[in-house]
Amino acid sequence: MKKDQYILGIETSCDETAVAIIKNGREIIANVVASQIESHKRFGGVVPEIASRHHVEQMTIVLEEALNKASMTMNDIDAVAVTEGPGLVGALLVGVNAAKAIAFAHQKPLIGVHHIAGHIYANRLIKEMTFPALALVVSGGHTELVYMKEHGDFEVIGETRDDAAGEAYDKVARVLNMPYPGGPHIDRLAHEGEATIKLPRAWLEEGSFDFSFSGLKSAVINTVHNAEQRGETILPEDLAASFQESVIEVLVTKTLKAVEAYDVKQLLLAGGVAANKGLRKALTETFKNKEEIDLVIPPLHLCTDNAAMIAAVGAIMFEKGVSSDMSMNANPGLDIQFQP
Amino acid sequence: MKILAIDTSNYTLGIALVDDDKIIGEYITNIKKNHSVRVMPAIEMLLKDCDTLPQDLEKIVVAEGPGSYTGVRIGVTIAKTLAWTLNIPLSGVSSLAVLAASAGSYFNGVISPLFDARRGQIYTGLYQFQESRLLDLTSDHLTLTVNWTQRLLEREEPVLFVGNDLSIHKEQIKADLGERAFFARLTEQNPRPAELAILGRDKEAVNIHNFVPNYIRLAEAEAKWIEATKGSKSQ
Ligand SMILES: [Zn+2]
Repeated sequence: MKKDQYILGIETSCDETAVAIIKNGREIIANVVASQIESHKRFGGVVPEIASRHHVEQMTIVLEEALNKASMTMNDIDAVAVTEGPGLVGALLVGVNAAKAIAFAHQKPLIGVHHIAGHIYANRLIKEMTFPALALVVSGGHTELVYMKEHGDFEVIGETRDDAAGEAYDKVARVLNMPYPGGPHIDRLAHEGEATIKLPRAWLEEGSFDFSFSGLKSAVINTVHNAEQRGETILPEDLAASFQESVIEVLVTKTLKAVEAYDVKQLLLAGGVAANKGLRKALTETFKNKEEIDLVIPPLHLCTDNAAMIAAVGAIMFEKGVSSDMSMNANPGLDIQFQP
Repeated sequence: MKILAIDTSNYTLGIALVDDDKIIGEYITNIKKNHSVRVMPAIEMLLKDCDTLPQDLEKIVVAEGPGSYTGVRIGVTIAKTLAWTLNIPLSGVSSLAVLAASAGSYFNGVISPLFDARRGQIYTGLYQFQESRLLDLTSDHLTLTVNWTQRLLEREEPVLFVGNDLSIHKEQIKADLGERAFFARLTEQNPRPAELAILGRDKEAVNIHNFVPNYIRLAEAEAKWIEATKGSKSQ
């Protein structure tokens, strides 16, 4: 009989201090997230130095809470997985050094995990993955289409050439005078309005799976300024709805084309913007009649940053025998490929 | 009691393993290199060379700052995590106190350890050995070197300056304090991790979860925010 495998995951790449324990790669035993969002709200965005300071304050508290929730000690843990990058370097450093210390103290393997691989693997906590798979990753810092032949194999087939989708949401939210973080506000507002304002869609050249959102963002800003100059009022609800429609149309259309081009079995939604109701709805409707494609959308709490998703990648890497030594560093520009 | 001491607060990376009154091992480098990559391998190597397992450790002592924000955080994060997970006590010691202790025990006067803080500023404090105990006469703080030397002029005693950043401020100090200024020897400019261990050995243990670095300064955004909210309240 195979022994159960337990991975402890640590995530500190941005403004959440998170620790989780998962069993056999798929079952969440504990998933603790200490959010700093209240502290950063007053600055209208995440301040890296303050994020790093909060991580130091929270780190051992969150570790203890996760082990207590799981009723486990480090003796029960097989390996320690930690977000190695990308992210804010000062914030990553806290998680990486805590992971190194705890792995060293108990002589457990240390595994460095790519943050976006983590977002993709949040899906495996819901449903077993089938390959080939395609992941649509949408977050504050990323908009990517990632093709996966098998576990641990990531090929970025499309990515944003300028702003990430989440970034565009935050910037448009600022134009509409909404508090940080703006994404959820736009999403909510979009559902109250109608997409009556003509905004561009950046399809880029034929066959490209890349994205671009800076033109759309500028168009929104211009629309607001022009209306102000003419003394007209634009309903923020309608602007939000029009903006959201443009973003989602591009995301969904390109995803659909990629699904067909790569003939994948499973489509995985990943990243913080995956919490967006409009996007979830549009994807669900688009793939409703395509029974050959298994669409997986994680619940909201697994879309935002958490450590269960990091542990989930760690579980696969542990099985493959991939680990790091004590010289592991935080790597804000880490590449998603980790094939040994 | 086996103590592991960790200092990554400034350029000097220092690790020491001390058992009661015996200095078992020390690792020191004074180079501009990434602490995050090197601290844990240094700890791993020192413990291995000294046939000590993590489970043999009975106390962790860390240099709590002032210094580089990132550097201090790396050391404190490792120290907190080790102490918590090994279930052993943790003590924090001023990074400046370590410098003072590294050079000043036979000096008949006061000791001013310092780290450069750019733009003519230093992190410093005032220490003195009395009956072989190191006393903290002020609190560690950030000051302009010229203001600091004026304060020291008012105390009519010799002052020993210590630290690898002395070269940046030596001329100013000499000009202001003249013959009252003494400078530690080259071999005493590195903060010694064994001194850190000994200073921490006798210190009360902290609450591990609540322990944070002594940054001295607020984060810039925080300071500006406080300034701005003060302004809006008084209007
Ligand atoms: Zn994320």
